[in-house]
Amino acid sequence: MTNEIKNTEIYYCETRVQVLNKVGLHARPAAMFVKNAMNCQSSICVEKNGKEIDAKSIFGVLSLGIDQFDFINIKAQGKDAKEAIRTLTQLVNNKFGEE
Amino acid sequence: MKGSPASPNIAIGKAFLFEKHIDFKCFMLKEAEIDNHLRRFEDALSKSIKEISNLIDDTTKKKGKEKADIFEAQLLMLQDNSFTSEIKKEIQSKVNAEKAVDNTVNRFMQTFEKMERQYMKERALDVKDIGERVLKNLIGIQNDILKKLDKNTIIIAEDLVPSDTACMDLSKVAGFATDKGGSTSHVAIIARSYAIPAVVGLDKVSKVVKSGDLVIIDGNSGMVFVNPDNNLLQKYLKISSKIECRQKELESIKKEPSRTIDGKNVSLMANIGGLQEIEKAILSGAEGLGLIRTEFLYLNQHTPPSEETQFLTYKAIAEKIKDHPGVIRTLDIGGDKKPTYFEKILESNPFLGWRGIRVSLDSVDTFKIQIRAILRASQYGNLKIMLPMISNIEEVRKTNKIIVQVKNELSKNKITFNKNIEIGIMIEVPSIALIADTVAEEVDFFSLGTNDLIQYTLAVDRTNEKVSKLYNNLHPGVLRLIKKVVDTAQNKQKWIEVCGEMASDTMAIPILLGLGLEKFSLVSPLIPETKSLIRSLNFLDTKKLAEKALDLSTSKDVFYLVKNFLSERRNKSL
Repeated sequence: MTNEIKNTEIYYCETRVQVLNKVGLHARPAAMFVKNAMNCQSSICVEKNGKEIDAKSIFGVLSLGIDQFDFINIKAQGKDAKEAIRTLTQLVNNKFGEE
Repeated sequence: MKGSPASPNIAIGKAFLFEKHIDFKCFMLKEAEIDNHLRRFEDALSKSIKEISNLIDDTTKKKGKEKADIFEAQLLMLQDNSFTSEIKKEIQSKVNAEKAVDNTVNRFMQTFEKMERQYMKERALDVKDIGERVLKNLIGIQNDILKKLDKNTIIIAEDLVPSDTACMDLSKVAGFATDKGGSTSHVAIIARSYAIPAVVGLDKVSKVVKSGDLVIIDGNSGMVFVNPDNNLLQKYLKISSKIECRQKELESIKKEPSRTIDGKNVSLMANIGGLQEIEKAILSGAEGLGLIRTEFLYLNQHTPPSEETQFLTYKAIAEKIKDHPGVIRTLDIGGDKKPTYFEKILESNPFLGWRGIRVSLDSVDTFKIQIRAILRASQYGNLKIMLPMISNIEEVRKTNKIIVQVKNELSKNKITFNKNIEIGIMIEVPSIALIADTVAEEVDFFSLGTNDLIQYTLAVDRTNEKVSKLYNNLHPGVLRLIKKVVDTAQNKQKWIEVCGEMASDTMAIPILLGLGLEKFSLVSPLIPETKSLIRSLNFLDTKKLAEKALDLSTSKDVFYLVKNFLSERRNKSL
């Protein structure tokens, strides 16, 4: 499901994932998500139901009210876009280490 | 003073009034002051970030990473541009730094408070917490006092947030009493996890109590006494030392089976009214949940809970209790505390009014959502459906029809559920107790809701002081009615449980046991004590006791019969 547009130095990646951990992106998972996003150079955003926010903002991520089973789109643009998407997808798919 | 008990047992100690009122002025800045206020804010911000980072390290070391995670989110909030830039913008528009922080914090809190999920609402407290921290650093208040508490201190506060309790030396804290909060508030959770007695929702304890006052906190009843007289103090000192001894005894009984001396097995289950109570129930040795109230999902919000919210809650319950039964009671709200999204009607007699199944059958769409959620969750464990306030057989039929409809819809959409889920009714209205034999044909089990059964049978409103003394678990009329229902259940081979307060009443348990009841559901703190009683009884003796009790004419006679029975038994065991 990952689309990739190559653009000399800057990459653009986008993916759609389902959040599976029990209470969705509540405080702890949201913090983990944002921390991981902050480690990337690329600009990253998260979209749910048409609302898009900066993945590096905890207030942004929390404001989406992401619950268990919600689908979110993660979009990254920058040098490490591919890695950013991979890291964040893995984090979501591993249910943020819960269970 | 009376509040809500949030963490059990009794604490007696000297009060420490934790005041958090932060005073600051609001004023318009002059052009030349803007830079100064921006710098002051930046300083306070970086100081706060440093403090939280230290707090994370400290907490991780002392209490583990789990407990430190609360502050990770707070750290990210302080580093969030969308937050800090709004504060700076306000300062640039000539609002003083303190007021700018306060305004922005309030705005961000409101966004969270408006959100549907409880755990999102609770993030508002994190924002409040970081706001207070920044303000403190801006004004220059230090909170070192909390680290140097005296032994056996009782903390009195308006409310407490994670950063308050984090810098408290909890080993010195004997109890908590707060103005605000419910049983799921931060202070309640902390108190329970550290086994510190607590009473919350006291309204103005922080206005009444001064530091140094002698305070008694009764975390069982929710009572708080300030500077008690000697009699009361001695009474509580006695209770508190008794509790300590007894607790040690009961701890050892938790893993023992609940069985009478002559080998009759009794199943002790817990009544719960929220997810957070399950852990406590399991720890107390409950073999399942005999009454799962669902009102907590409906109250204190503007819309009914979604199917998904309910499904996940019921699923979580089913998974936590594994193979043990979980009896989910469908919504049982009375006329006095109906949420706003139900039609508001004025009732002169709410207990005889629009409540329980009557509300559900008049709000079929909302009811179906609950049934769907329970059915969907039923595949994850041993869940059962229980209907409250049934007074005639038509209500059972109507409900069964609705359940069949929902089942068909689920099958059509290929959604799996337990097709054989058991459906039972509460026996709490005398009319249904009297026709238990005919209604038995249409249900799988009965649950004796003794509180309402007694209030309706004796025509006594327990909250009315003038008549409350007429309310009595041991009224021979009540006992005969219960006998009739238990006999009917046995004849019709339906199982039956008792889930009202009678199930934890020492005086009533021997009779209930003797009448043939084998399943008791009660509040979990009382399970070990009840088990200890059951393990000391002979079923055959209780059978004779029950027979005698049924022939007596007054509650008082029954009371003395049981009293003698229990003291004879005690003498025998000595």
